[in-house]
Amino acid sequence: MSVSVRRSTAALVATGLLAFSLVACGSGEDDAADPGKPNDKKITVYSGRNEQLVKPLLEKFTQQTGITVQTRYATTAQLAAQLVEEGDRSRADAFLAQDAGALGTVAKRGMFTTLPEATSAKVPEAYRARNGQWVGVSARARVLAYNVDQVTADQLPASVFELTDPKWRGKVGVAPTNASFQAFVTAIRVQHGEQKAKDFLAGLRANEPQIRDNNIKIVEDVHGGAIQVGLVNHYYLGEIAKEHGTTPDGLKAKLHFFPDGDTGALVNVAGVGVLKRSAQDADTQTFVDYLLGAEAQAYFAEQTFEYPVMPGVAAPAYVPPLAELKVPTIDLNDLDTLDATVALIKDSGLVP
Amino acid sequence: MAVALLPLVYLAVRTAEAGADRIAAELWTERVGLLALRSLGLAAVVTVACVLLGVGAAFLVTRTDLPARRVFAVLAALPLAVPTYIAGFAWVSTVDRLAGFWPAALVLTLCSYPYVFLPVAAALRGADPAQEEVSRSLGRGGWQTFTAVTLRQIRPATAAGALLVALYVLSDFGAVSILRADTFTRAIFVAFDLGFDRTGALVLSSVLVALTVLLLAGETASRRRGARYARLGGARRNAPRLRLGAARWPALAALAGVAALALGLPAVSLARRLAAGVSRPGALAEVLTAAGNSLSISLAGAALTMLLALPLGLLTARAPGPLATVLDRLAYLAHALPGVVIGLSLIFFGITVAYPLYQTRWLLALAYATLFLPLAVGAVAGAAAQSPPALEEVARSLGRGPLAVLRTVTLPLTLPGIGAGAALVFLTGMKELPATLLLRPTGTDTLATELWTATAVGAYAAAAPYAALLVAISALPTWLLVARGGLLDKEDR
Repeated sequence: MSVSVRRSTAALVATGLLAFSLVACGSGEDDAADPGKPNDKKITVYSGRNEQLVKPLLEKFTQQTGITVQTRYATTAQLAAQLVEEGDRSRADAFLAQDAGALGTVAKRGMFTTLPEATSAKVPEAYRARNGQWVGVSARARVLAYNVDQVTADQLPASVFELTDPKWRGKVGVAPTNASFQAFVTAIRVQHGEQKAKDFLAGLRANEPQIRDNNIKIVEDVHGGAIQVGLVNHYYLGEIAKEHGTTPDGLKAKLHFFPDGDTGALVNVAGVGVLKRSAQDADTQTFVDYLLGAEAQAYFAEQTFEYPVMPGVAAPAYVPPLAELKVPTIDLNDLDTLDATVALIKDSGLVP
Repeated sequence: MAVALLPLVYLAVRTAEAGADRIAAELWTERVGLLALRSLGLAAVVTVACVLLGVGAAFLVTRTDLPARRVFAVLAALPLAVPTYIAGFAWVSTVDRLAGFWPAALVLTLCSYPYVFLPVAAALRGADPAQEEVSRSLGRGGWQTFTAVTLRQIRPATAAGALLVALYVLSDFGAVSILRADTFTRAIFVAFDLGFDRTGALVLSSVLVALTVLLLAGETASRRRGARYARLGGARRNAPRLRLGAARWPALAALAGVAALALGLPAVSLARRLAAGVSRPGALAEVLTAAGNSLSISLAGAALTMLLALPLGLLTARAPGPLATVLDRLAYLAHALPGVVIGLSLIFFGITVAYPLYQTRWLLALAYATLFLPLAVGAVAGAAAQSPPALEEVARSLGRGPLAVLRTVTLPLTLPGIGAGAALVFLTGMKELPATLLLRPTGTDTLATELWTATAVGAYAAAAPYAALLVAISALPTWLLVARGGLLDKEDR
């Protein structure tokens, strides 16, 4: 007995040691407790944008500038919650977000510094914060994706509001929990008032839409023929074409841009804000300026299929240029009145 | 115990901040009532299904002459290695337009019935056949003996497994978000996404805590006091195996069918995705780094959890009473909270109390301990309860001090339980996603986070190898669990 007892105690201790040593050896460089000092050629970025999409760009940035980037990836919503929870003890220098609404949420907490005038001024007024606390770095258009075998061009609606018509019953894909859908509903409120937004959501709900978790599943199902049309952002087509090893032209899913300034053609941005603690950090400033530079802007067009916000950089080949879109006249700054939108979406019954 | 209390304190602080009006506006709605009913309904349906499936499978592999029963013992436990978000995703990509309550119930059942199967199979295997023999000798038939004796013997194991399943269902976000079953946890996740509304999400979470208290109270009340079915003395002997006769084929088909749905379908779906897409995962070094991180963080989580669980488990087994019960129940409370809430509460803790630990592996390991403590406590308490306290009393009477007794008698006797608990925590930690995303050190990727990254941009082919590796690594501790339940032993008759 005593031998086996000793052996099992030894085994227990050994297991514990093994576990702890594994942790210890792994915790050398990447358990960065060091929040970083200004101008130390190191920055920490919280990225609500996907690692697959931005990591190559951040690597280019490091090559160009010698500044290393520690990146924390999660969903934009989770990172917004995390930043608010961290408050002024956050280790983030910059927040790269999918959506103007999330940037507005963090800005409202007074956590962003005002960007230098020279930086803000580079971006067209439509795509940055009025108070200079964040700038858009790439733009995304709301579109109606449609299956080219099931819907002909002359059947496409002239306005997003036509989708509540009974002829679209059960055929429209939406992702109501998605931030881009919320921004779109906010845009309806801003452009047409509360009642119109409420009626639209009620009509959409009554039309038994195909609800999906996110935009990418909608575009997949449109391509596959399970859904005829879906309300999404334009760049998902590029992502799915990439996964299928083809170009957007090779997919069954096509894009319809709503004409004549319809709310359905809203253009939103993904953008960046700088945390107050890094107001004086030249490295962070270099990062923001890099995102607005020619290399990064071309990257957004070519690799993530978005619209560059800087004038003079070409849009992806498969979409009309940003300047030719008949976008609704909406100030993105007004999209931070999310509370009322959220209440409307919840009441509509489109989400749990 | 402070570990389990952290999220509760955090919820209390944040909910109080919201103010009475806001709380009332969030809570007293028809929607919350519906969500509560639906969550409890889903928990009830899945738990009943898991008990039927788990006990049935356990009986077939331990007490009948089913062919290839050792193979099936492993297959029945393996779904534990499949995260619900992978299973859910596999199902929606296989069956068109699958969504809602019943599909979610199906996927959750297939993923979580091993929580019942494992302890029940171990109990059936370890139970003393003498009681059944007595029952038969007193004139009861086979079926009567089964319901009157066998089912009672395995009742504690069944109840423990069922409780874990119910709490798991309450906290699951993977299957319910992919299959769009509107439960509380989905509503909490949606609340974070909708308008980045932390307060609303946390107020909803406090309702989840209330539901859990209800569930735990129910389970505690239904427990029978002092029911202990340890085998005291005598040589280990196996119960005679039931001859299935012609019924063996349908039984075999049923087990094979469950395995096909729980394991085969996700595997085929992953393979199809890999073949259809052109994206590929990063360099081998990246995949290996992610695997290494998953391993080391989950191991640290398991070690820390066992360290915390050991005293609690021993207390529950050796000094049952109101104190032990309350502590034990508290450990379960955090288990039903969604990972995102645990994650935020530990951010709060890291920022305000343990800043040097913030965004290190240690805080993440602590999150796993908070989330998975009940898995470990249950295993330790179970093992300690099966070892007779008389042995410790004898050691004390022979002059050994309490610490020496702990080291030389109690710990070795509970070692199988410690191993089982650690394995369970380890493999659950491997699958964990929401808290990992919030708490991992900046720049550290694990298999689960890589999987999430790839699927979020539709790069399913790149995701498939991570998923396969995740399941493969988790299969190892699952195997250990099966082996430790005695399910792989050679027939000893």
